[in-house]
Order: sequence, then C-alpha cells, then structure tokens
Amino acid sequence: MAEQMRVVTKDIDVPGIDTLAVYEQHGGYQALRKALGMEPAAVLEEVKASGLRGRGGAGFPTGMKWSLLAKGSPKPTYVVCNSDESEPGTFKDRMLMEKLPHRLVEGVLISAYATGAKQAFIYIRGELALAARQVMRAIDEAYAAGYAGKNIMGSGHDIDVMVHRGAGAYICGEETALLESLEGKRGYPRLKPPFPAVAGLYGGPTVINNCETLSTVPAIIANGAAWYAAIGTEKSKGTRIFCLSGLVNRPGNYELPIGTTFRTLIEEFGGGVIGGKQVKAFIPGGSSTPMLPADKLDISADYESVAAAGSMFGAAGVIVLDEDTCIVGAVLRMTEFYRDESCGKCTPCREGTFWLVQLLERLEAGHGRAEDIDLLNDICDNISGKSFCPLGDAAATPIVSSIKLFRDEYIAHVTQGRCPFRARELATAGNH
Amino acid sequence: MISEAARERMRATVAKYPVARSALLPVLRIAQEEEGYITPEGLRAASEVVGIKEDEVEMVASFYAMFFQKPVGKNVIKVCTSISCYLRGCDRLIKQLEDGLGVKRGETTPDGAFTLLGVECLASCGTAPVLQVNDEFEENVTPQRAAELMRQWKSEQ
Ligand SMILES: Cc1cc2nc3c(=O)[nH]c(=O)nc-3n(C[C@H](O)[C@H](O)[C@H](O)COP(=O)(O)O)c2cc1C
Repeated sequence: MAEQMRVVTKDIDVPGIDTLAVYEQHGGYQALRKALGMEPAAVLEEVKASGLRGRGGAGFPTGMKWSLLAKGSPKPTYVVCNSDESEPGTFKDRMLMEKLPHRLVEGVLISAYATGAKQAFIYIRGELALAARQVMRAIDEAYAAGYAGKNIMGSGHDIDVMVHRGAGAYICGEETALLESLEGKRGYPRLKPPFPAVAGLYGGPTVINNCETLSTVPAIIANGAAWYAAIGTEKSKGTRIFCLSGLVNRPGNYELPIGTTFRTLIEEFGGGVIGGKQVKAFIPGGSSTPMLPADKLDISADYESVAAAGSMFGAAGVIVLDEDTCIVGAVLRMTEFYRDESCGKCTPCREGTFWLVQLLERLEAGHGRAEDIDLLNDICDNISGKSFCPLGDAAATPIVSSIKLFRDEYIAHVTQGRCPFRARELATAGNH
Repeated sequence: MISEAARERMRATVAKYPVARSALLPVLRIAQEEEGYITPEGLRAASEVVGIKEDEVEMVASFYAMFFQKPVGKNVIKVCTSISCYLRGCDRLIKQLEDGLGVKRGETTPDGAFTLLGVECLASCGTAPVLQVNDEFEENVTPQRAAELMRQWKSEQ
C-alpha cells in the first residue's frame, strides 16, 4: 500500500507518544529549544518562508497572518488555537489532540514566542472530552518540565497556555464567534473589521490558527522553511491531513503531500468505493465546499487546482458519494446541519436555512414541484453574502453546486413523484 | 444542589482566567455536572461566581447545545446524524436504538436511565457511524455492536 508522508503526524503510532517522556525521545520540544535560540522575528520569517497556509478552511498564509498583528498595542497579544473542529467531514484535529497533544502544545508555544504573546488559549470543541483531557495533561507535563510558564527553558520568556472548552455550537469555529465564546458570551460572530489581529480577545491583538496549522509549526522550525517548502506544489506547500469519509472501503485520516490527486487518495489510500461502485460526486474540503463530479477526481488536491475546478480546498474533508447516493437526500442532510447550527443572529441565514430544508424535504418525499428547484437557488442567492459570517454561504453551497451538477436528479424527484433511490437505500443503508 | 465543593471549583476556575467572565462556560459545566442540567440554582451560582447578572448567564447557557435546559437521563446517548454518518447508516442506527431503548430521539426512558439524542457532526466521520455515551466515543457502530452496547448499558443499570 502507498505510504503516507508523515510531517504533522510523525510518530503518531509510537506507543506512548502522547506522554512527554516518549515525545522527548522522538525529538519533542527540540523545535521549541531551537526557536528560543532565535529572534522571534526570525522564527516568524521562517514560518513565512515555509509557505504554510491555514488548515482551518480559508487557507490564509500563516506567517503573513502573524506579521499583521498590530504593533505597539497597549493591550496584551494573544495566540488562540482553533480546535473547534465541527465541519461535517473533518476529523483530523481531534486525532492530533488525542494522539499527539504535545506537538500541538509545542506549536502553540513556538507561535506565542514568535508573535510576542504571553498567553495562549487552546479552544477545544466541547464534545471532544478525550481530546481535552489529553491536551490538558500535555500542558501540565510541559509546565512541570519548564517548557511552559515562567522563564521557559531558562530563556527569560514567560508563556502561559490553557485549554478552554466549548459547549456545543458549530458557529464557534468561526474565529470571531470563537473569541466571543472565549469571553464567556454567546457565540455570535463579530463584524469585521476590526480583524482579530488588531482587536481580538479582550480587545488585544490576536492570532487565531487552526490546530493542524499550529501542529505543523514544530516541523518547520526543526527542519527549516526550505525543507518544508520543498513538499507540495509550487503555490501550495507542505502536507495536509486529508479526512476521507463516506462510501470508501478505508475511510480515515491520511497525511499526504499537497498535490496528490483525489483519485490517488480515494483509490490507493481509501481502497476505492465500497462494493466496487463508481464515484458519483465528491466534496473536497468539508460540507461547506461545493461538490465536484467524478470527472474531477484526477485534479491535484491543492488550493489553486481545487478552486479552478469550482470548489474549495477548505479543511480537506473529502466526502465520497457513490453512484447510488441520492443527491437530494444527501443535500437535505447537509442543509439540516446548517439550519440547526445557524446561530440565529442574521435573518437571511436563520430563516433561509429553514425554508431550504422544507423545500428539500418536500422534493425528497416526492411532493416537490418543478419551480422548487429554482426557488432553492433563489433562496440561496438571498442568503449568500447577506450575513455577518460565511455560515449562510456555506449552507447555500451544497444546494447550488448540486443543482448545477445534478439538476436531472432533482427533476426526476418531481416527475417520478418519489425518490428514485429510495428502494435501494431501504434495502441497504436504510437511510430514509 | 450545588455543593460547596462545586462552588469552590467554580471559584478556582474563575481565578485561572485573565477576565472572570471567560470562565462562564466551564463554570456552567460544573453546575451541570452537579445537577444533571442547568437549574435556576446553577444559574444563580454561576452568576455569583462570575459576577454577572443571572439573565445574562441564562442567555449564554441557552445558546450552547451541551447545556441541557431540562432534566436528562443518567446516560446521555448522542448519535451523529450528519452527512458522513448518514452515508454509512446512522438513520438505521438511531432506529435500532429507538426500538431497543423504547424511546424516540429526544426522549428519556421512563426510568430516567437513558436519553437518546440525534446530534450534529461529532468529528468522527472516518469511523462512521458513531455515537457518544456521556461524551465518550463509540466508533464504527455496526448493528451487532449497537445490540451489544445496549445489552451492556442495561446490565450496568
Ligand atoms: C462557520 C465557520 C466555521 C468554522 N469552523 C472552523 C473550525 O472548526 N476550525 C477551524 O480551524 N476553523 C474554522 N473556521 C475558520 C476560522 O474562522 C479561521 O479562519 C481559522 O481558524 C483560521 O486558522 P488558520 O488560518 O490556521 O486556518 C470556520 C469558519 C466559519 C465561517
């Protein structure tokens, strides 16, 4: 079987790697040691030169994000790790926290040093109890060993790290909603600007990065920017942890160089589609990214190629739908998620997602009308770009992209007055 | 009842944060651990410890899905219903649990032992279908495994 390229997940299968002693035996905290011997600005330059881009969804260059931090603010600077992972189709941050908590803690410490932050928070999704326990234990071990806290490793620098657990709200993955939640409020997104880099947590300049992004930093510092930048494509550097799910034989997390094709991921690593079936469509970056048809399987999985194909690399949550999957049924299920998770602040998103589910339910039940298909598009049009945060846009995405690709299937639900796939699903997965 | 020990833990939590209000979520979690859900007494305790008005505490508590607004069973079973679990049979799993426990999703068994909930993506799509029992994962829940789990849960009652 093809091999993964383990950079962020290096040593993940070593027994006890979640403990400080074993992590240290495998080079743990050497990157922090090296960073502390450099000027903070040099550490930042190294991350910039590596080409690392955010793994949380938007793909913003990490080094650049750090350099945008407001200078000379009277308020303290903060580093916040976004471990709220709740995008349907993504499950990599949970794995990193459960199995390699020290790599995350080391990455957070290096990032805090590079940006001049004396306090870092790791915001962990409330549902992930084991992940939270693991990261908290790693932090305790790091304090006891002098890697965190006062005068870390005798450097004269103080950096505190603590875990903050969420309490069940997808919207808190959005960076400004996350800050509100961390301040003890409802997770409502803030109007931007000001961006968190200028006025974030408690009004101080704040860096927010995804868990995988920060867990990548130790490898960059340990091996150098050039080493990291040699992996991947010309514009998309490094590896990504692809979260492969849906109807494949071997779903799971696979760390691969950016630029691997989706076909290689699905066929070589995922063992192909269950039952030797064909791929009907795949979602490349988590449920908020447009679905792509099977003829795009050979594109390179990188930010630019996925965008050129009409979707987004997002959080690399690759969901595979097979030839027997009912597109309307699958889209209905994804839309229910956004209806339930809309925070309710903006009317177009709150009301729109409700109507979208109603229409899709009607279509799936065979009671839909031909006009409903364009009505779905109209409602999506009224949600997209009309809310504070991109959750509404995300809700519109599965619908708009699937109608573009599979309008015939929507029409078949209307003309046949039933779901054409229903019989099969009752017989096999029983998903109705 | 919110015990003095729980109040002490709440105060210790507040002390860890640069700003007291940031402790509200963890403080509410302690309240829920004490009483099973967020009670008026829990809201009052959180309000006292964090130093904000009770109705503000309630506004926050009601926003987050993990804070229960009414009593739940001793064991809370959460089944993921999102897309990747859907593709791998979570609806069938829920049906099996409903039949086996004798409740519909969203309900609690009359003896107060189990609450069955359908929830959004639990970040376990690679091991779908998945459920949580009191926040701990059970992954790759085949029909056989579900039957086994139910036997086990019931025998522990
Ligand atoms: C609705 C919504 C949910 C999001 N959820 C997450 C999440 O769970 N984890 C995450 O890292 N980023 C999430 N993001 C993206 C964050 O806002 C932010 O861009 C990211 O944490 C930045 O980190 P990065 O630059 O390292 O990717 C979400 C964005 C939106 C609009």
